[in-house]
Amino acid sequence: MRRALGIGLWVAAVAAGLAVYVFLPRLMSDFHSRDLAHAGVLFIAIVGLNMLTGYTGQISLGHGALMAIGGYTTAALVVHEHWRDVWTIPLAGIAGGVVGLLIGIPALRLSGLYLALATFAFAVAMPSLLRKFSGLTGGTQGLRFLESAPFQVTGLKGTVTVFGHSMTQNHFLYYLTWGIGIVGFAVAWLIVRGGFGRAFRALRDSEVAAVSAGVAPAANKTLAFALSGVYAGVAGSLLAIQTEIVNPLSFTVVLSVLIVVGAVVGGLGSLPGLVLGALFVEYLPTLAGHFSTRAGVPDFVYGAAIILVVILLPGGAGGLLRRAARPLTSWLYTRP
Amino acid sequence: MLLAFDWSQLAQQTVIGLSSGGTWALLALAIVLIYRSTGVVNFAQGEMAMLSTFVAWSLIHHGLSYWAAFFVTVAISFGGGVGLERAVIRPVERAPVLTVVIVTIGLVFVMDGIARWGWSSETRSLPNAFSARPIEIAGVAFSIQDLGNIAVSLGIVALLWLLFRFTKLGLALRASAVNPQESRLLGIRVSWMLALGWGLAAAMGAISGMLTAPALASFDQNLMQPVLLYALAGAVLGGLESPLGAVVGSLLLGVFINLIGTYVDWIGTDLRLPVALAVILGVLLVRPTGLFGGTPVRRV
Repeated sequence: MRRALGIGLWVAAVAAGLAVYVFLPRLMSDFHSRDLAHAGVLFIAIVGLNMLTGYTGQISLGHGALMAIGGYTTAALVVHEHWRDVWTIPLAGIAGGVVGLLIGIPALRLSGLYLALATFAFAVAMPSLLRKFSGLTGGTQGLRFLESAPFQVTGLKGTVTVFGHSMTQNHFLYYLTWGIGIVGFAVAWLIVRGGFGRAFRALRDSEVAAVSAGVAPAANKTLAFALSGVYAGVAGSLLAIQTEIVNPLSFTVVLSVLIVVGAVVGGLGSLPGLVLGALFVEYLPTLAGHFSTRAGVPDFVYGAAIILVVILLPGGAGGLLRRAARPLTSWLYTRP
Repeated sequence: MLLAFDWSQLAQQTVIGLSSGGTWALLALAIVLIYRSTGVVNFAQGEMAMLSTFVAWSLIHHGLSYWAAFFVTVAISFGGGVGLERAVIRPVERAPVLTVVIVTIGLVFVMDGIARWGWSSETRSLPNAFSARPIEIAGVAFSIQDLGNIAVSLGIVALLWLLFRFTKLGLALRASAVNPQESRLLGIRVSWMLALGWGLAAAMGAISGMLTAPALASFDQNLMQPVLLYALAGAVLGGLESPLGAVVGSLLLGVFINLIGTYVDWIGTDLRLPVALAVILGVLLVRPTGLFGGTPVRRV
């Protein structure tokens, strides 16, 4: 009986989440859907980072650079090869995954803070690398979609028609981004609750114990890096589609830092809180700006909020949700 | 061809490299101090130093001489560092590494915010600490400022070494970094030692900032961002565990980057920072413990 009730509640939660996804744009302006679409990009990157940092314990401060790989893959295909922008998303994911794999192999030698430093250096160096290979990347100017490919799905027309439904461009971007985000979230959930997730967590908690239980550390860690890279690549691609321009400043080290902050605030090693982590990173600067627009004040409020949240919520939003739901979950999953 | 080589230019450029390497060494030492005692790299070290430099600017602006402002700023920064540790690091003392890293990243925004809040964004400059006129040694002209920078940096390093090597406080600081539990049993207040470490690190960052700023024609709130990256590269090169390594690594890096920028046209001045980042990546991949770090031993 309680088991059936538990499954029912679970289904209801998923249905409620999907309903929010479908009906949210009706409740808010076009402009706000664009912000939400941007939050969706961060959400996808955060889910990917959480797979790496939350489940295998490898800290990456360089996911913004992986997003740059995806973003530039999309931009190069659209501008140089005249692809339609949405069809480049899978390729951008693959590109991000391949680069993630390539980073994951040397990363095996490093752990903890050393890996954080190496990925940090990678993220800081990325903009200069992008400027250096200007033939492909357009150098400092970057790549603009509109000049070379005016007939994109999300082009100048202002409205987009999908399956007979006509909607504004911003609504389309919202549905596209969060749709991919929800699929990515579900895939991540399936991965972390299965055998791979168990192997990842075992490596995080004790590598020696995991090895003696037959988990291959090298294969699993690089796999996590590659999977995480796929998410980052897709996120970067969606960011490029939304902004319709990529340049070296689209993917600075600040982006990498924001993804890590979102993952920690959302709760490492748990999935439900990550939506809140993404919304935190997206909307905190706006909220901080409400205090005072005087130079410096928003930065101060932003930093102080990050510190406060990390100190007050050690498990992130995910930990808070779990604690809040504990009376219910323990009632549901104990035999009467 | 070899005869035509300009040896005096080599000597001059080496001294300039040692001068900037010396200022990086102080920040690198600050990073290593905190890393040894808490296992965390303080990403806010550069912004803390920047804020200290702005305090020094204000003091000088209100009529203090450079050296008076120097010592007052070091004292203020020391107090600020201790206060910061008590306020934001102590609550996460037992938290995972990543949590503390996020707190220091939050501090980056906070420090930057305070500096932009309190001081306008116009560029400003700090007076030279030393005479700007050149001095001739063995027929080669060196700037007194560069030699002074090297002297101050190495002097601070020597003072710090004396503190750690010959005082009871230094012994307590080292003990609580190496073995906190047993130090606590011996009556050392380990938590306060961490706060003192933060104070020392903030003071050294302040000195680094106050030596960096006068060499530039003007500076703003972004003053220490490149210095932090160079200092990280120097600390990684020498080994994050080793204070001596941080100093030697930073000096080597300073000379290397200055010489490569002078003699390799392709690098020039704009690719110096990527060279430092390449050093970080290269060292971490080839020898993560750096030049002076021992092989880490882990108990299973």
